[in-house]
Amino acid sequence: MRRSWFAGVAFVAALATVAFLLVPIVAVFANVSPSRLIDALGEESSREALLLSLKTTLIALAIVIVVGTPTAYLLAARDFPGRSVVLTIIELPLVMPPAVAGIALLAAFGPKGILGGWVSDAGIELVFQTAGVVVALVFVSAPFFLRQAVAAFAAVDGRLLEAARTLGAGPFRAFVTVAVPSARGGLASGVALSWGRALGEFGATLLFAGSLQGVTRTAPLAIFSDFAEPGGFVSALALSAVLILVSAALLLGVKLLGGDRPEVDEGTARL
Amino acid sequence: MSIDSPTRTATLGALVRTPLRGFDLDLQVAAVPGRPLALVGRSGSGKTSMLRAIAGLLSPQEGRVELGDSVWLDTERGIDLAPERRGCGFLFQDYALFPRMSGWRNVAYGIGGPRRARREAALAMLERFGVAALAEARPPTMSGGERQRVALARALAARPPVLLLDEPLAALDSTTRREAIGELRAVFAETATPAVLVTHSFEEAAVLAGELVVIDAGREVQRGSAAAISAAPASAFVADFAGAVVLRGEASGEGDLTLVRLPGGGEVWSADRARGPVSLSVFPWEISIEAGELPPTAGPGDSRLNRLSCEVTTVTTIGSRARVGLAAPELLVAEVTAVSAARLGLRAGTPVVAVWKATATRLIADV
Repeated sequence: MRRSWFAGVAFVAALATVAFLLVPIVAVFANVSPSRLIDALGEESSREALLLSLKTTLIALAIVIVVGTPTAYLLAARDFPGRSVVLTIIELPLVMPPAVAGIALLAAFGPKGILGGWVSDAGIELVFQTAGVVVALVFVSAPFFLRQAVAAFAAVDGRLLEAARTLGAGPFRAFVTVAVPSARGGLASGVALSWGRALGEFGATLLFAGSLQGVTRTAPLAIFSDFAEPGGFVSALALSAVLILVSAALLLGVKLLGGDRPEVDEGTARL
Repeated sequence: MSIDSPTRTATLGALVRTPLRGFDLDLQVAAVPGRPLALVGRSGSGKTSMLRAIAGLLSPQEGRVELGDSVWLDTERGIDLAPERRGCGFLFQDYALFPRMSGWRNVAYGIGGPRRARREAALAMLERFGVAALAEARPPTMSGGERQRVALARALAARPPVLLLDEPLAALDSTTRREAIGELRAVFAETATPAVLVTHSFEEAAVLAGELVVIDAGREVQRGSAAAISAAPASAFVADFAGAVVLRGEASGEGDLTLVRLPGGGEVWSADRARGPVSLSVFPWEISIEAGELPPTAGPGDSRLNRLSCEVTTVTTIGSRARVGLAAPELLVAEVTAVSAARLGLRAGTPVVAVWKATATRLIADV
């Protein structure tokens, strides 16, 4: 078969893209020996940071899923005036620089923020607290889940939900037993993206919750503080390697879990 | 397993007025147990919306839906029961089986109770429709006919008080369609519930339903039995639309052909194969009319095998065509030109012979 010049260009571009994305990841591991990796995990500060990251991202993820799933369902199923405005609002944090997100959170929920008085009256402390980390994580990661979830629910065949209703299921049962399983693939990739974003969260956390070891210093913040210390580059590398492994495992796991998606075999473009 | 629900034999009544895209749906229907009602019309005429309004999937601007004494919808009194509280057995056009659930889980979805009892009930329903082998299969792996059987089992599993069918035969090929017709008829016969079906095919409606309502742009154009509508269409629209008349008879093989004996004494040949009780359909435009009586057999120069002595009951002229109702004594309908009708002097009481080909006689075995 004759291939056009464009196929060659696209191939070179793809090669360059993959290489460019892969080289830094390979470099991290090239610089860290496996034994150093294990040592890094043994360090109190690293372990604390990793555990804190795991804990805060899981809590944030749980909040995003529990609140975000019905929200996304509503946004996908209902058409109401201002729907596109709402969709834009929930996507705004996607494009917002993390530092801006941190400042915005401070302006809202910080001690001098517009809702700060209400927050402290309620006995909630966020700044320099683990809870603050969770707030920052939810803020930056929720849109990744919501976007995917809205798209996934919008693609669910409405007749399946109607069938469930005529068979005696109320709206909630139809949602749980029909809509969620049908949207599983999209929801899972939303979870992966959202979790990945939360794991990597740096700027908003630093500005809103600070970087207190064991309290708000998550893995990315620990990497930065290691890096800032003299001779800390190696330990920053080791922690980075662990984060890469964790996020890769996470991505893979969620993708496998959310598999069973309809295969797209028609319309594959031929260059 | 019985699919009968003997305690629920109330009449379904529905009046629905609501704007649809381009026109208003304004329709009143009633369905009594044992006499399925067909809403017949072209696609986009509002028939599916009517079905959805009965099921509670569409809230009309104005209307009443009631089953016996229980009111499902009354816009004046602010009553609008949710679909799950109406619990209609709804057969969707493309069946809407849950793709990620196995056959039995689909069927068990509408059944309450502990898991084991639900599974047993679901398996019994699948067995009833001859698809017990599909208990563990997922819908995407099933054929069209299999899906329909599973969907029917699912719709009937919870003993619905009303059965609603949206284009029940549209997604099937012609062989499967015949089987499905038998299956649906058996269901209508076994369940003592009101049934409303929607179809764009007059012939399907004639075969499946006892009463037909022809709909155009959301409004009723004509109602009655298939034979009555076909014999005296209210308008050119209905005439174009309304065709096949269905007769019942007893079929037996005669060489390569099938001979159907009608209860009134006549005999009809068909090229279709069938044995035992059958439904027989012929389109009016396939039937010619000859003046006078007999001879009962085809002459040597005539390829048309069927000749039935009849008496004209009605003559309805629509433009250049005339629909002629015939009593054989079963009701038959012929369509001839208005000129021929005048030349033959057709009017109620005229004795004539209806003539048509065996190949124009279609048979569907009754179950």
